[in-house]
Amino acid sequence: MTAVPLRAAAAPPHRLPVAVVAIGLALLLAVAALASLSLGASGLLPWEVILRDTTPAERAILFDIRLPRLILGVLVGAALAVSGALMQGLFRNPLADPGLVGVGAGAGLGAVIAIVLGGLLPVTNRAMLGAYLVPVFAFAGGWAAVLILYRVASLRGQTSIATMLLAGIVLGALAGAVTGILIFVADDNQLRDLTFWGLGSLAGANWTKLAAAAPILIAGLAAAPFLARGLDAMALGEGVAQHMGVPVETVKRGAILSVAAMTGAAVAVSGGIGFLGIVVPHILRLAVGPGHRLLLPLAALFGAALLVAADTVARLAVAPAELPIGIIMALIGAPVFLWILLARRAVLEV
Amino acid sequence: MLQATGLWAHLGGRAVLNGVDFHARPGQITAIVGPNGSGKTTLMRRLTGDLTGPGEVTLGGDPLARLSPRALALRRAVLPQAGTLGFPFTLREVVRMGHQAGAAAPEPGIVEAALDEVGLGAKIDGLFQDMSGGEQARGHLARVRAQVWHPVQEGRPAWLFVDEPVAALDIGHQLQVMAVLRRFADAGGGVIAVMHDLNLTAMHAERIVLMEAGRIAAAGPPAEVMTGPLLSRAYRCQLCLNTAPEQGIWLLPHAASLG
Ligand SMILES: Nc1ncnc2c1ncn2[C@@H]1O[C@H](COP(=O)(O)OP(=O)(O)OP(=O)(O)O)[C@@H](O)[C@H]1O
Ligand SMILES: [Mg+2]
Repeated sequence: MTAVPLRAAAAPPHRLPVAVVAIGLALLLAVAALASLSLGASGLLPWEVILRDTTPAERAILFDIRLPRLILGVLVGAALAVSGALMQGLFRNPLADPGLVGVGAGAGLGAVIAIVLGGLLPVTNRAMLGAYLVPVFAFAGGWAAVLILYRVASLRGQTSIATMLLAGIVLGALAGAVTGILIFVADDNQLRDLTFWGLGSLAGANWTKLAAAAPILIAGLAAAPFLARGLDAMALGEGVAQHMGVPVETVKRGAILSVAAMTGAAVAVSGGIGFLGIVVPHILRLAVGPGHRLLLPLAALFGAALLVAADTVARLAVAPAELPIGIIMALIGAPVFLWILLARRAVLEV
Repeated sequence: MLQATGLWAHLGGRAVLNGVDFHARPGQITAIVGPNGSGKTTLMRRLTGDLTGPGEVTLGGDPLARLSPRALALRRAVLPQAGTLGFPFTLREVVRMGHQAGAAAPEPGIVEAALDEVGLGAKIDGLFQDMSGGEQARGHLARVRAQVWHPVQEGRPAWLFVDEPVAALDIGHQLQVMAVLRRFADAGGGVIAVMHDLNLTAMHAERIVLMEAGRIAAAGPPAEVMTGPLLSRAYRCQLCLNTAPEQGIWLLPHAASLG
């Protein structure tokens, strides 16, 4: 027993020191960001702008194309990973993901409606909405999904997790069916837009898109740390969390709202990018443990680094064309996800 | 003082509690006993505020309904009949969560002390999910103990609600856990324990509340409640009790029979 206090400050033997993980991820993000800014058709290191006379074209590539794309990648990557971690904490299940409860599907449906039916709007409205048309519809779709989920899964302030998962599957199927109909009536141009958008991409990032999405993404990310203690306690069950003084319904509502906001905004500007929300928190739980006070900020860092790195690969792999980033994430994410399922099967015998 | 009057509970379309009056004093272990399905857990859930319904519960004079979850967490901790844990937390992290829930300002050393109390100090950095069933049960007890570590806080007694705290434990650890509850009560805290082991209950409880089909069949000191007729009727079996007063009250299980 006397040995116990001596070990008090050390990390449990099977985990990595938090500082090492945090510094490692920060370095990863820095390298990915530098690569994203400098690599491409015009090889330009960011500091050359100060050190030598650059042409207006070079400056435009750096400041109007690569920089907004980098910032968008950082925010979307962080938001997708944190959304996944929040959802998993809420459902007490490491396989939960916004994609799973229909929030992603709802947002996606909104975006598809905007792409296909947007042309039917009166010209004045189209001009007014402009670049905001797809994002606005995606937000609306994500929010609608959350509202329906809440109506279905929550009764007198109590949310049933199982009902919510089932409702998510139903919403996903419904959104898929409506999307199918819309694809049927879409013309060739719209079809190409849809395909590219559906696979996920940061191409077309600009300051306008960033200005539309950033406030929502940042608000969602900023809300997350306030949910950490409550989500930890909820791992012991909602009843126990209540016994421990956690306002369970407030935490649930907060988590759902920030997930909806972040997923809607991310889907709107980057399409369907999967797996980040499952793979990133899973790896981090193995590295530093499941406590949300560390998990959430580290997930933001890791998610940002991974998405920026994947986006850089997407830009360079088949240059001058671009691969949809969703394909790269799926190529990495799907095997990892299967590995998680296999590992859990061994433990849980399900 | 914990006081409850006229508690009703309707679950699954029928009355599970039928106007129960209940009270418990700090400094004592109050045991709730009775057959399966008699409403012990339901009564406990009314007393902790998990379940609401007709009737009022007051804790130290304050109506439960008017205390916020946070205020309640500072004054009482609850050990449910069954525990779960969703993610691979270590024992230390689980017990620390309990302590942070109940302390206005967390104090160093309490997580370790709470685990030592239930004999789990050596496993502090192990994963909770990797421990045996009985160890997990004791880990949860350490968590609720760490939540209300001081039996009396700012002159007010703290309360421990434990639902079958020894159900999964061997005889040595049963005694250890009862000793933990005993010390808490002796230091001025209140303990309300749902129990199935009548001998342990008779050894440790100041007051026993016997439940039968959603009603209180008898309540009082062990000598009044632990009687052959009362217990035989409630549990629907013939029980033989030692009656020599100098030896205390104990059941002879081998002399029990159905019928
Ligand atoms: N959520 C519920 N829905 C429907 N019926 C319930 C519910 N919870 C409890 N009951 C019923 O209420 C009765 C009392 O249950 P309770 O859990 O209070 O019993 P108990 O005395 O704690 O039993 P045990 O010794 O088995 O733990 C049981 O008949 C049970 O079926
Ligand atoms: Mg019970």
